[in-house]
Amino acid sequence: MKKNAVSKNKLYTLAALLVIIALLAFLQANSSQYSYQISILERSAIYAVVAVSMNLLTGFTGLFSLGQAGFMAIGAYTVAILTIPVDSRASVYYVNGISPAIANLHCPYWLALIIAGILAAALAALIGIPVLRLKSDYLAIATLGFSEIIRAVIAAPQLDRITNGSYGLKSIPGFPNLFIAFGLPALCILLMVLLINSSYGRAFKALREDEVAAQAMGLNLFRYKELAFIISSFFTGVGGGLLAIFMRSIDSKTFSINLTYDILLIVVLGGIGSITGSVIGSFLVTAGREWLRFFDNPLVIGGFEVPLFRSGFRMVIFSILLMMVVLFYRRGIMGSNEFSWEGLGRLIRSIPSRIKRKSKAQKHPAGIPLCPESMDDSKKGDNA
Amino acid sequence: MLNTAKTPINVLHMQDITMQFGGVVAVNGLTLDVNQGEIVALIGPNGAGKTTAFNCVTGIYEPTFGQVDFMGETILSNTPKGKMKKTYLGEVSPRPIPVISSTPDVITKKGIARTFQNIRLFGQLSVFDNVLIAKHMRAKQNVFSATLRLNRKEEERMRAETIALLEEQNLLHLKDEIATSLPYGLQRRLEIARALATEPKFLLLDEPAAGMNPQETQELTDFIKQIRDSYHLTVFMIEHHMDLVMQISDRIYVLDFGKLIAHGTPDEIQNNERVIEAYLGVSDDAED
Repeated sequence: MKKNAVSKNKLYTLAALLVIIALLAFLQANSSQYSYQISILERSAIYAVVAVSMNLLTGFTGLFSLGQAGFMAIGAYTVAILTIPVDSRASVYYVNGISPAIANLHCPYWLALIIAGILAAALAALIGIPVLRLKSDYLAIATLGFSEIIRAVIAAPQLDRITNGSYGLKSIPGFPNLFIAFGLPALCILLMVLLINSSYGRAFKALREDEVAAQAMGLNLFRYKELAFIISSFFTGVGGGLLAIFMRSIDSKTFSINLTYDILLIVVLGGIGSITGSVIGSFLVTAGREWLRFFDNPLVIGGFEVPLFRSGFRMVIFSILLMMVVLFYRRGIMGSNEFSWEGLGRLIRSIPSRIKRKSKAQKHPAGIPLCPESMDDSKKGDNA
Repeated sequence: MLNTAKTPINVLHMQDITMQFGGVVAVNGLTLDVNQGEIVALIGPNGAGKTTAFNCVTGIYEPTFGQVDFMGETILSNTPKGKMKKTYLGEVSPRPIPVISSTPDVITKKGIARTFQNIRLFGQLSVFDNVLIAKHMRAKQNVFSATLRLNRKEEERMRAETIALLEEQNLLHLKDEIATSLPYGLQRRLEIARALATEPKFLLLDEPAAGMNPQETQELTDFIKQIRDSYHLTVFMIEHHMDLVMQISDRIYVLDFGKLIAHGTPDEIQNNERVIEAYLGVSDDAED
């Protein structure tokens, strides 16, 4: 029976993969028609990489770091500098000129992404030595500070001939096709999932649960924190590089604290400690912002212009929606659970009974609306 | 008792261990020995410094002064430095000794395992994962081979050993339960199982019977003896249940206000006046 279920799940996964590939092929064929949707999906996939890598640190190792934007900046600038075609460099650096050291440095995008990750990881290793001795909030503040320092250094006039200062870098070649645009993020997330389910992932979780007990199990506190920080920063750097390839032009303002907060929002919304949650969260947050765009346009009903509908209003709606989600799903959409076909099946099967329960509750308003058993049930379903 | 006839092999030797927190001397010049195969108890009233002494052995605290030897090798030694040198209040005057400090993980690797007074399980993880994590330390792998599943045999070996250990400890049927959902007594059992998974030679138990009823305590007594024999362990424990301590211990050390006030076999300790004083207080007559 059990073996049967496993092969059934494999079949489902294969089917899902085929559907995704078919969808990608369709989008690829009609890329000009769906360019807006494609760009939202691509951005979501890239944010998902960074969100999962933040979750690796915050949700699985218990280190609350807010340095994501800084490491993404390192990755993005590395990829940009290494991949802008040599011919078009003169036009990119037309104000300050290009430093001769990097004038002829060029490599394919995949190598540039790996180098981006390695540079971000190396910087994380250096920063980690002093910073990882701090705990919780203090660690967050310290990493936030470092992230701003990185941004300030990139924007510094002294580096104008490398980073092009406030003019930013443009003419970065985009993804050759959609399969690579989605395949690379998927590969990054897959590697992190494998890590989290390995012996090292368990060690990280032990650290999160109880540092003293983890040490008593022979885990060197500093070594494992540093390892988690380095790996997370590697993928954050790669995520930043992917963002550079996606946006095709970057400047230091892109990597302000707001970017870190976006990622944090995704992680919290999806569920701290759930990779599935981070992926779902990043698609919801990125797409949600775009779907709500009609709130920004003036709305006229029967000759009356609704006063609230003006530019910026969508962010009010977005914030209200976020508050609702956080209030109703206190531990995020997924809590700390992961996706499984059985869980999805349970969720689908539980829908009719839930609707019934709701209508029952309406019929008997004086009943016991907060019966703990039913709460448990619905929670299980939600977290499938 | 077993080893008194032959020359006993020294497992743990603590020499003049002093642990000072600011002006408070929690442990004051503690010297004690634990020999191979023994079960030794450390007892004393609340706040006597027993757990602090344990923490000095396992590297959670760095003692202010003193030296700890494990199997003849010095694992920790320290002399008061800097500000501590001026404010040192211990009774043993510190002579400079070379400073050796080991972090708790290094000490665990050398073969010292411990449990905690207030159970410290990995709460949100399953029983199986709790024990499996202890196997990580001795696994031959690195982060790449583990992530890319290059060495499946090692992982399988770890899992098989964990299953075997859980079976021996009668916890196998609970392997998928979340650790904190277990009843209290089983959580203690799991903590001991997890300590055994680190393949120790020397086991430190910090109040293993805390919160247990007399029957559970009796079971624990047999259990400790059984694991001592089957895993060839030396056991050093802190305990308040006198029944358990008197039944099981080969020797007992008594600590009061950080100082060693008595040492001997259970019979000797039961009739020791200073121990009775420490536990029951001194009557006015006796003080005169």
